[in-house]
Amino acid sequence: MSAEAEPNVDLELARAHGLTDEEYEDLIGFLGREPSYTELGITSALWSEHCSYKSSKVYLREFPTTGPRVLQGPGENAGAVDVGHGWAAVFKMESHNHPSYIEPYQGAATGVGGILRDVFTMGARPIACMDSLRFGAIDAPRMRHLVDGVVRGIGDYGNCVGIPTVGGETGFHPAYNGNILVNAFALGIARHEDIFLGLASGIGNPILYVGSRTGRDGIHGATMASESFDSESEAKLPTVQVGDPFTEKVLLEACLDAMGTGAIVGIQDMGAAGLTSSAFEMADRSGTGVRMDLDRVPLREEGLIPYEMMLSESQERMVIVAEAGREQEVIQVFERWGLAVTEIGEVTNTKHAVITHQGQVVADMPISPLVNEAPMYERPVAVPDDLAQRQEAPEVPVPEDAGTALEALLSAPGLASSEWIWRQYDHTVRTNTVIGPGGDAAVLRLKQTPSALALTSDVNPVYCSLDPRRGGAQAVVEAVRNLACVGAEPVGLTDCLNFGNPENPEISWQFRECVRGMAEACSVLGVPVVSGNVSFYNETEGSSVLPTPTVAMVGLIARLGDPPRSHFSQPGDRVILFGSDAGEFGGSAYLRHVHGLERGRPPAVDLASEAALSALLCELADRGMLHAAHDLSEGGLAVALAEATFGRGIGASVDVGYTAETLFSESQARALVAVAPEEAEAVLRAAAQRGVPAHDIGETGGADLVISFDGGELRRSVDSLHETWSTALPRALGM
Amino acid sequence: MKCGVVVFPGSNCDHDAYHVLEQVMELEVEFLWHDQDHLNGCDLVVLPGGFAYGDYLRAGALAALSPVMGAVKRHGQAGGWVLGICNGFQMLLESGMLPGAMRLNRSLRFECRDVWLRVERSDLGFTSDYEAGQLIRVPIAHAEGNYIDSDSALDELEENRQVVFRYVAPDGSDSDEANINGSARAIAGIVNKQGNVLGMMPHPERCSEEILGNSDGLPLFRSLLRASREAMRMAQ
Repeated sequence: MSAEAEPNVDLELARAHGLTDEEYEDLIGFLGREPSYTELGITSALWSEHCSYKSSKVYLREFPTTGPRVLQGPGENAGAVDVGHGWAAVFKMESHNHPSYIEPYQGAATGVGGILRDVFTMGARPIACMDSLRFGAIDAPRMRHLVDGVVRGIGDYGNCVGIPTVGGETGFHPAYNGNILVNAFALGIARHEDIFLGLASGIGNPILYVGSRTGRDGIHGATMASESFDSESEAKLPTVQVGDPFTEKVLLEACLDAMGTGAIVGIQDMGAAGLTSSAFEMADRSGTGVRMDLDRVPLREEGLIPYEMMLSESQERMVIVAEAGREQEVIQVFERWGLAVTEIGEVTNTKHAVITHQGQVVADMPISPLVNEAPMYERPVAVPDDLAQRQEAPEVPVPEDAGTALEALLSAPGLASSEWIWRQYDHTVRTNTVIGPGGDAAVLRLKQTPSALALTSDVNPVYCSLDPRRGGAQAVVEAVRNLACVGAEPVGLTDCLNFGNPENPEISWQFRECVRGMAEACSVLGVPVVSGNVSFYNETEGSSVLPTPTVAMVGLIARLGDPPRSHFSQPGDRVILFGSDAGEFGGSAYLRHVHGLERGRPPAVDLASEAALSALLCELADRGMLHAAHDLSEGGLAVALAEATFGRGIGASVDVGYTAETLFSESQARALVAVAPEEAEAVLRAAAQRGVPAHDIGETGGADLVISFDGGELRRSVDSLHETWSTALPRALGM
Repeated sequence: MKCGVVVFPGSNCDHDAYHVLEQVMELEVEFLWHDQDHLNGCDLVVLPGGFAYGDYLRAGALAALSPVMGAVKRHGQAGGWVLGICNGFQMLLESGMLPGAMRLNRSLRFECRDVWLRVERSDLGFTSDYEAGQLIRVPIAHAEGNYIDSDSALDELEENRQVVFRYVAPDGSDSDEANINGSARAIAGIVNKQGNVLGMMPHPERCSEEILGNSDGLPLFRSLLRASREAMRMAQ
C-alpha cells in the first residue's frame, strides 16, 4: 500500500482516533500544519490515556517518589532501589486488562512478557513475578474460561522464560464480570553500576532494532486500553498481541550479555505504542532527535504501511542505541543467541523524529512538545450520589453458628486457597525461593549476600469502593504488614491503578481519593513509589469495575535467618495477638459472604499503629523469636487462625473476650504470632515497649481449632476446615 | 571432577545447576554451548531444565539434534557421567540415550510442587549417598513428565533395575494419587544399563541447600563426586 491509499486526515478522522477537538488543534499548532496519517496515528498513541497519563498525572504527583534508597523513580521502564551490598532491586507492575478480557491466554501471557522486558531493559536480571488478578462472579458467562485462560497464559509464559511466579492475589466480584483485571509484576536485580536507562544520546549513534519481526498485531493496543468496552469489543481481537516466550528468553539473555559489552548507550523495549513510544521517549529523555528509515524495519508480512509499523505492538522487540563504531560488538552477541539486529536509524540533534519510508518523509514531528506538552486534565470530580447511603453502618447480625460462618468464609473463592492457580506456576526455578506463594509475603534469598527480598501485593477493592481514601491507605498498610510478617522492611512500592472512565466525575473522585490515601500512607510509613501504571476505562456498557489500586511492595530482610512462616510450625507454642479490635464490619468479608451485605465504612487506618506493629514484627523476626506470624485481614481473627493451622495441620486453642461476630471484624494493625512458651514474656514486653497492644490468647496443638468467645465456642477439626478451604476454588471452577 | 552445564537457547535451569555445582559442591564447572561438538574435557555433563529451542515440535526433540548432543552421546557411550534433569531428561529420551517417551501430565496442566520419591537403588554412581528405599522430597515443575513405554520395555527396565526414582506417597507406599503426572510404573527417573546416564523429572538442584528448606537433592551430587573420585583412584 502506498501513501496515496492512506485516508485523508481531518478533524473527523482525528476524533475517530480518540483525539478531542482541542487536542487536534494543539497538534496542528505543534506541527505548524495538518498532520499526515502516520503522524495522526503516532499522536493518538502518545496522547492516549495509557501512554500520556493525561487524567492521572495531576494526582500522581502527590506520591512520595524519593528516599535514601531510591536509585530510579517513576518515568523509566522500571523503578530501582538500593538493597545493599551494591545490589539494586528493579521492579514494576503493569496492567493487561483489556487484552486479557478479549483473549485471556495471549492477553495475560503478553502482560507477563511486557513487564519482564521493562525490568531487563534496565539491565536487571528478572528473579520473580507476581500477578494480581480480579475476576467476576465465578458463575458469570465466560468467567471459567477467562480464569483458565489467564492462569494458563501467565503460567506458560513465565514458566518458559524461567522466572518464578512467587505470589500475587486473586479476587472475585461481579463488578469485574465485563472487565477482568490482570496486573503483572516483575522484580529483577542488578549491580548499581549496571543499571541501564532508555536513552537515545550521542549524536550519530546508530539505532538498532532487535527481536521479533513487526506484524500487524496489537495495532492501537494503547488506544484500546484507553477506551471502554461495549458489545463491539469482540471485534478488537486483532488488537491483542501474541506472545512468544522462547524469543523473550533468548532476548533476555542476549540483552544482558550485550549490555556487558559496554557498547550500549540506551535500550528500551517496544511496549505499548511500539516503535512510536520507544523512539519518542528515548529521544525525549536525552534531549535529542531521531531519524528512522522504516524500509529497514524487519517485517513479518509484506505491505505494512508506515502507520502500521509505527503502531504495531508485536511482542519481544527492543530498540537499542549503540555507541557508533562499536555496533559490531552488540551485533555479535545477538547473533550468538540467534537474533538478528538491524540498524534502522540514528540519533540526531534536530529534536525531531523524522521517519522516512520509500524515500518519502512520512512523519517529521517535534519530540518534546508531543511528549511533555501532551494534554493534561484535571477532570471534574464528584462524590457518588449513593455513597452516604452505602456508608451507613449496617446492623451486624450475630452468626447463628460461628463455625458455619467460618466455613462460609473459607469457601468464598477470594478467601479460599489459591493453590490450584499457583501450582501451575513454576515458583522454585532460579533456586531463590525461601517462602513461595500462599503466605503473607514471598521471600527470595539474594545469592552472595546475607540478605533476602520479600514481595507482596495487596488491595481490597470493596474497601476502596466504600471509602476510596481509606481503601487506598489500607492497601499500603496491609502490604507493609505482610512484609513485616516475614521480618522485612519496605524499600519501595509499585502500583497498578485500575479504575473506570475518568471522564465520569465519580470515577475521577474515586481515583483522586485512592491516590491521596495511598500517598499519605506511603509518606508516613516512608515507602517511596518508584514505578507504576494507571489503567482507566475499565468498564463495559457503562458499568465500572470497583476502584482497584493494586499495590505491590518490595521489602528487605537485611540478615536472612529462618523467617517466620504464616502457619503454626509446632505444638505447644503460645499464640499472641497484637493490636486491638474496634468491631469494624464495613465492607467486611463476613457481611458480604455470610449476610450478602456490601455496606458501611471500611475499617479505620491508623498509620502510627501500623508503623509500631510492623517495627515490632521486624524486631521479633530479626531476634528469631517468631515461629509463625500472620496478619489479620479479610475475615478477621477467625480466618487468620484457621489459615495458620493449615500449613502443618497443627491446631490451636484460644480464648478471646469477643462476641461471636467480632471474631470476623476487620480492624487493622493486627497480627497473630506463635512463640515458644519461654519467650512469651519477652514478646509481650517488647510489644509494650513499642505501645502495641498484645494478648496471650492460647496455645498451638491438637487436631482442632478451638476458639472460646464471649457466650460460646467455635470448634472444628483442622482437617475439615482445610478440606473446605483447599477444595473451594477448583470446585467452584469445575476443575 | 570437572562439570559442564549445557546451555541451549531456552534452557532456564542452567544457572541453578551451575550454582549447586560451584557454590555448594565447590567443583570446577563451566557452561557448554549448544552448538559446540566437544565437551571441553568435562567428566560430568548436566543437561538442565527449561524449554530448549522453545520445546517446539516436542519437548527435547530439537535439542536432541543439536551439535552438542553428539558429543554428549559419545561421552555417555564411553562411560562418562550424564545427568538430565526435567527438560534434560526429555532430551535423553528424544536422543535415544534412554528408552521411553513423555506425554502431557494427566492433569493436562503444568505442575509445580514438592513430590515424594523413593530411591530404588543406592548402588549407582548417582545414588550411593542415599539408602536404598530412602524417601526424599524433591520439587517438580513440568507439563510433560508422564513417562510411557511399551509393557515389554517397561518390564525390561524393571528387570535391569533401571528405575532409580519412583513417585510415592509421603509414607513411602505406592499410590496412584502420588503419581502426580501419571507416569507408567510411577517412574520419576531412570538410568541406562551401564549406570552412567541418569534422567529424572524432579529437580535435585532446587533442593540442595538448607536455606531453601530442603537439601534432599544434595546426596545425588555428593554421590557423583565420590564416584568420580573413586574412578580416578582406580585409573591411577
